[in-house]
Amino acid sequence: MTKVYESEDGSAASRPDPDRPSRKAVSLRGASSPAALVRATPGPAFDLTFDGRTITALPGQSIAAALWAAGILSWRTTRAGGEPRGAFCGIGACYDCLATVNGRPNQRACLVAARPGDAITTQEGTGHADLAV
Amino acid sequence: MPTSPSEPSDLAVVGAGPAGLAAAVAAADLGLSVTVLDAGERPGGQFYRHPAPGLGAARPEALHHDWEAFATRASRLEAHRRAGRVTHLAAHHVWTVVRDAATGEWLLHAVASGPGGEERPAAVRARAVLLATGAYERQLPFPGWTLPGVVGAGGAQAMLKSGLVLPGQRVVVAGSGPLLLAVAASLAAAGATVPAVVEASAYTSYARELPALVRNPGKLGEGALYGGGLLRHRVRLLTRHAVTAAHGTGRVEAVTVSRLDRDWRPVPGSERRVPCDALAVGHGLVPQLELATGLGCATRRTADDTLALELDAAQRTSVPGIWAAGETGGIGGAQLALTEGELAAAAIAYELHGTRRPRGIAALVRRRARLRRFAGAMAAAHRPGDGWTGWLDDATLVCRCEEVPAGRIREAVAELGAYDARSVKLLTRAGMGWCQGRMCGQAVACLAGGAPAEDRRPLSCPVELGHLAQLPPSAS
Repeated sequence: MTKVYESEDGSAASRPDPDRPSRKAVSLRGASSPAALVRATPGPAFDLTFDGRTITALPGQSIAAALWAAGILSWRTTRAGGEPRGAFCGIGACYDCLATVNGRPNQRACLVAARPGDAITTQEGTGHADLAV
Repeated sequence: MPTSPSEPSDLAVVGAGPAGLAAAVAAADLGLSVTVLDAGERPGGQFYRHPAPGLGAARPEALHHDWEAFATRASRLEAHRRAGRVTHLAAHHVWTVVRDAATGEWLLHAVASGPGGEERPAAVRARAVLLATGAYERQLPFPGWTLPGVVGAGGAQAMLKSGLVLPGQRVVVAGSGPLLLAVAASLAAAGATVPAVVEASAYTSYARELPALVRNPGKLGEGALYGGGLLRHRVRLLTRHAVTAAHGTGRVEAVTVSRLDRDWRPVPGSERRVPCDALAVGHGLVPQLELATGLGCATRRTADDTLALELDAAQRTSVPGIWAAGETGGIGGAQLALTEGELAAAAIAYELHGTRRPRGIAALVRRRARLRRFAGAMAAAHRPGDGWTGWLDDATLVCRCEEVPAGRIREAVAELGAYDARSVKLLTRAGMGWCQGRMCGQAVACLAGGAPAEDRRPLSCPVELGHLAQLPPSAS
C-alpha cells in the first residue's frame, strides 16, 4: 500500500525545502466529521432562520455552509423553470447560491457570513417580485 | 463619494492566493510599498482557503497540502502590514484596472464588501500592478447537473476548507484533472464516503509525459499522497469514465457512470448507476483573466484548451506596467504560483527602483521551468476529448443562469448560423446571466465548434449603478 504521510505532532517537519511537500502539513487520517479532522473548537452556535425554520450556525460559517450543515441544499428557484438551486462553485463565481438575506435578494450565500438572527428566505426568480408590473 | 485614492503604492497586487501572497511579501522585503486587494476575507485564495477564526480550527493544515508555505508567508505579510509596508484590503473585489493618462499610474476600482453583504466603492492607485487573480473551475454540462447536491469539485473543497461542511455523506467525485484526487482525499478524510473517483482521462496518457513527471519528485509525492489516502479509504478510481447523468427529485440521488472511448464519447451499454447523495464534479481549472484582457494583455492557448496570459521571463504581460503570476499564466498549482510570485516581485523591484535581484533567483527560474513542464504535461493529459458533447441531450441546460438547453444552442449553430460562443450568446442568451459565462463558456464554445474566446467582461463582478455614477469623469 502506498505510504500515507501522517504526523500527529508534526515533530519531524522542520525542513524548509520548498520542492518537497511538508509532512507536517498533511494528514489524511480519517475523521468522523470535518470539525473533528481539524480539531475545531468553535465559538458558541447561534440561531438563524431559513423560510421560518430555525437552524443553527457556527461563528465563521457562511450562510451556505450553515444551510449545508442543516442538510439544506437549495434556497433559490430559477426565473424560467422554477428549478431549485443552491451552492455550486462555492467561491462566488457562479451566482447559483443567491438567497434573500434579511429581505435583501441576490446575496451570494457562499460569501456572506451567517450572523445571529439572520432571516434567510428562498429567493424566487429574480427576488424582485415586489417590482413586478 | 468613493474612497479618494491616496498616495500611490509602488505595487498593487490583485489577489492574495499563493501567487499574490508570495509576490506581496517578496516585494515588501525588497522595499516596495505594496497594496494587496483581495476578494477574500482572509489571505490564501482558493488553494489555502481556511476556516474563519470563529470556527476554532486547531489543525487547519489537516485539509491542506504544504500549509507551511502559506503560514510563513501569511505571518510575514502581517509583519509587513504592521510595519506600514503593506496595505491589505480584504473583501475588495477589483472590477477594473485603468491607466490614468495624466500620471501614467494605474487606478484599480473595487467593490468593498462589509460583514453583512453591504457594498461600497473603493479605489487604489499604483505605479505597477501584479495580477494574481487565480482560476475557477471548468464545468462540462451533463443531464441533471443542475440538481441540488451536484456541486463543483473545487466548490465542495472550498466549502469544506472554509465552512467545515460536506454536501452529503456519500459523494461521488468526477470530471478530470489532478484536483479530483485531492478533493476525494479531503472529503474522505472529513468523514464522507466516496464511492468512486470518476476520471475521464486515462492516466496511461501520463506515460507520454514521463520526462516532465520524473523531474518533479515533489509533485509525484503529492499524487502518491492523495493516492495513498484514497487507498486507505477504499476509494475506487475509475479512469476513462464519466458521470454522464445525475438523477433525483429535488436533489441528486444517483448518478450514471459510463465508460468513455478515446475521444470521451460514452460507450453504449457501459452505463451503471451509482447511488449517492452528492456529486462533486469539475474538469480542471480556467485562468481568471477578465482584468487582464480588459487591459489588452495578450493571451495564448494552453494544452488543455484554455486561455492563459502570455508572459515573458520577468512575468511581464504584453502591457507595460502590468505583471502576472500564478494560474493567470497557465494552470500550474500552488508551488508554481509561489515561485512566479517571487520572481515577479524581484522583476518589479528592479524595474521600479533598480533593486538588485535577490540571491536565489537562478534557482527560482529553474524551479519555474521544471514546474511549468509538469503543468504542461498535466494539461495535455487532461484535455477534454471532443466526444464529451455526446452525453448531452437536447434538454440538458448548458447555461445555468439563463436556463438555455443544449437543443437551443445546437439549433443556433445548425440553423441560425452561429459560429462561436459570442454569436450563440446573442441568439440564445447563453452566457449572458449572472456568472457572465464563467460556468458555460467553455461548453458553449465547444458546441459552437470553436475554441474558447477571450473573456470580455468590462466589469469583473456586479457593481451597483450608484457606484458607477459616483466615479469622477476622468476614471471612465
